[in-house]
Amino acid sequence: MKSANLHSVETMGLVDGPGIRTVFFLQGCPLKCSYCHNPDSQHFMGGNSITVDEVLNTAKRYREYYDASGGGVTFSGGEALMQGEFVAEAFKTLKENGISTCLDTSGYGVVRHYDSVLKYTDHILLDIKQVDDDEHFQLTGRNMDGIKHFIEVLKGFKGRVTIRHVMVPDQTDNYEMMDRILEMIASIQKKVDKIEILPYHKAGTEKYSQLNIPYKFEMVPAMDPVKAQVYEAYINARLETMKIMESEHLKAV
Amino acid sequence: MIKDKIDVRDFIQKNYKPYTGDDSFLCGKTEKTKVIWDKAEALIEEEIEKGIVDIETTVFSGIANFEAGYIDRANEVVVGFQTDAPLKRIMNPYGGFRMLESSLKAYDYTMSDEMSDRFQEFRRTHNDGVFGAYTDEMKLVRSVGLLTGLPDAYGRGRIIGDYRRIALYGTERLISEKLRDFNELSNAPAIEDMIKSREELSMQIEALKAMEIMAKAYEYDISKPAQNANEAVQHFYFGYLAAIKENNGAAMSLGRNTAFLDVFIERDIEKGILTEESAQELIDQLVIKLRMVRHLRTPDYNTLFAGDPTWVTESIGGMGVDGRPLVTKTAYRFLNTLTNLTPAPEPNMTVLWSKDLPDNFKRYCAKMSIETGAIQYENDDLMRPIYGDDYGIACCVSPMKIGKDMQFFGARTNLAKALLYSVNEGKDEFKFSKDGSVIEVVSGIEPLKSDGPLIYDEVMDRFKAVMDKLAGIYVNTMNTIHCMHDKYAYESGQMALHDSSVHRYMAFGVAGLSIIADSLSAIKYAKVTPVRNEQGIAVDFKIDGEFPMFGNDDDRADQLAVEVLEYFSKELKKHQTYRNAEHTLSVLTITSNVVYGKKTGATPDGRGKGEPFAPGANPMHGRDTKGALASLNSVSKLPFEGVCQDGISNTFSIVPAALGRVESDRRNNLAGILDGYFAKKAFHLNVNVLSRELLMDAIANPSKYPTLTIRVSGYAVHFNRLTREQKEEVIKRTFHERV
Repeated sequence: MKSANLHSVETMGLVDGPGIRTVFFLQGCPLKCSYCHNPDSQHFMGGNSITVDEVLNTAKRYREYYDASGGGVTFSGGEALMQGEFVAEAFKTLKENGISTCLDTSGYGVVRHYDSVLKYTDHILLDIKQVDDDEHFQLTGRNMDGIKHFIEVLKGFKGRVTIRHVMVPDQTDNYEMMDRILEMIASIQKKVDKIEILPYHKAGTEKYSQLNIPYKFEMVPAMDPVKAQVYEAYINARLETMKIMESEHLKAV
Repeated sequence: MIKDKIDVRDFIQKNYKPYTGDDSFLCGKTEKTKVIWDKAEALIEEEIEKGIVDIETTVFSGIANFEAGYIDRANEVVVGFQTDAPLKRIMNPYGGFRMLESSLKAYDYTMSDEMSDRFQEFRRTHNDGVFGAYTDEMKLVRSVGLLTGLPDAYGRGRIIGDYRRIALYGTERLISEKLRDFNELSNAPAIEDMIKSREELSMQIEALKAMEIMAKAYEYDISKPAQNANEAVQHFYFGYLAAIKENNGAAMSLGRNTAFLDVFIERDIEKGILTEESAQELIDQLVIKLRMVRHLRTPDYNTLFAGDPTWVTESIGGMGVDGRPLVTKTAYRFLNTLTNLTPAPEPNMTVLWSKDLPDNFKRYCAKMSIETGAIQYENDDLMRPIYGDDYGIACCVSPMKIGKDMQFFGARTNLAKALLYSVNEGKDEFKFSKDGSVIEVVSGIEPLKSDGPLIYDEVMDRFKAVMDKLAGIYVNTMNTIHCMHDKYAYESGQMALHDSSVHRYMAFGVAGLSIIADSLSAIKYAKVTPVRNEQGIAVDFKIDGEFPMFGNDDDRADQLAVEVLEYFSKELKKHQTYRNAEHTLSVLTITSNVVYGKKTGATPDGRGKGEPFAPGANPMHGRDTKGALASLNSVSKLPFEGVCQDGISNTFSIVPAALGRVESDRRNNLAGILDGYFAKKAFHLNVNVLSRELLMDAIANPSKYPTLTIRVSGYAVHFNRLTREQKEEVIKRTFHERV
């Protein structure tokens, strides 16, 4: 598959994986998160076509920035894993040209391409929306089978993983939530470099009125970023403890 | 015994200590500095409120014409104001008397009739000289705004004296060197150039003597070299003070001084006669003085150059040609004043960036940019091969070897207007005669052959014809201005701190570059049909279809900008300059992009009549759709060496959160952006780290933000000092805010 359906390109991605990254947002997402900030990227129709060569040629123009910052290319969406065959090919070509690769995903895609994508991926940003099946369905329109399976697959992944969670006030801003995220990722915790708790914010919601679709989170207030930081500190501290315990345990046996 | 030649660089290279550590050694401000800064800040705030604090109306400008002035003598470790009181401005009549009169009138001050009458009876000014020699054509291009901001009624500035020479050698030695240079010219034939050189050397010697008198009023003897750090800072500052007492040039820049001063400071610290606290105190107090430099200007001037700027530009860092960084602890101390004294627009902190700068210094600069938004960055790796390692930046982006090069400042031409002339047979699209008839500004421009949509080759041919003629008019206008400036307002104090045989640049400039690129791209890739009024002037353009725009790293548009710059530079070089100055070109607008826009009709890129241009080399607002690095890449393609060697300015605004989630990420990312951008051979970046919401709040509640500082094109301003229009234009600019 030599081309993909592209939503847009952001040449200065500074919060999309390590260093400075060129972010390719692919069009189409199987999840319909209530708080999605890019509802225009959800639909599988629309967008522009992009080829592997075009990805490489664009990326090469930013090589100086990658070299200076430890950055590279990130594929995001929409849901990049839905166009896994293309992502695998593009990542393979980028790696051959010495460019680091990062995948920003919610773990829902075309399962048969997972192995080939992961083979050429250096870093994964894994979005965990919810820990409860019903809540997950409420929020995204899908149950948790997809993400659970993807975490299973990640056991064989050689790179690093950053976990992300969008914290919504009165829904996920509690310690039990933090503990359950840790349970979910326990099998891959060695690979997890950090967990980012992103406070839900209201910027960009005008896209909904422009697209003439209702915004279900209209009445939900923004998450206090300072509180989110407290949870972030907690969950990362626990993650580190668990990693130490695991390695001690391994040493013991 | 033959003494060594005057060579400040050699002294620095033999004595300075590069510093590669971090900022943890830095100190806060001392009690003395706190007292001084509190008083200074109160005065500055009073001035922002009132517009002006005071004017000295009993005497004209001159190096030794003013009594000593203090703000709090007991606590001042660095002394010297332009007049006998802080923020009291000087009347400088030599640039133009009418400019002086209207400045006084605007602030409700008067000078005595006797001073006014006598001066006008016995003395011509630069402005009189220029207008006596201007041709009708020159007056016309000026009045329609094809050439704007020309230094024909005020001081040209952009000259950097090597103020360090006072500290290193003392005036006695400098005078004897100048006398020797004079005597060397004694046997040369007395043709005009030679006579002029000799007269200038005499004036320089007089200026050096005047500096001694000025310093004496403050109880300092600058005839001998400085003996310690305190004297080094003070004597160096006296050199600069002489420059700003004598001249009111638009940009009165400081040079590159941190490594030089560091030698004296580190020597004293080693001897145990100076502590880190007192070293920082010296630099803090020097910077307070630099923040209080003022020139008397008309309020109109402020609509062109917003915020009463003085461009006390200090160039910091960079690498030596031997590979050692020119970063010293004093580079840190200088930047640390932004923390100790709160952020401020002046001095104009300019970091000379190299990929090889110590990592610690890169991170520290990024940190200070994020915290204060008061730093601009220029590419040392581009400049060092041309200028060596002892150059500095004048004004915003003009490089020159300190004490060896000077420049004739030439403002800029409105290239967007020139493009409109190519579809209007050389007639102005905006300004009409009193009787309503069209004004032909550039003659001999053929009408377009076809009536319908514009044909690229046809427009380009005519655009080149306009540029050919414009180049000739521009060079001749500049020659006239600078001949008269040398004659009536010669900067004898600053030139006394240059080598006697100086290299001169003539610095031309263009405005409206992104409009040119987008307009030509629209004509080439879409269908652009002019809408003409009854007189046949294109007053609007109908655009059908899409076209690539400058700022998206798309070579189709970007190369059009490059082609136009290369062509115009080549045309300028065909015309001989005054004193054989070397032609250079800048892409810089200061804040006048708003004023240029006001005087320019609708353009083929879709910009409406009267709408602002983008500043400097920036892409037009909202047209860069692929994110900031695509925009930076487009600008990085503009050629520096041999073409735009007087600088290419680019302003970049980003919301703090968009730089990264945590502080360390933000610093690394900003340093990475600078490394990447400059590795792509870009020239300059102004970095603002703030949000649009903050600026909107500052418009609504100015008193909440008395000292909010933002960077505009090549310098920084107090946001509150911008006009309403300028504030709105700044807010309209692209803010990178994806989080």
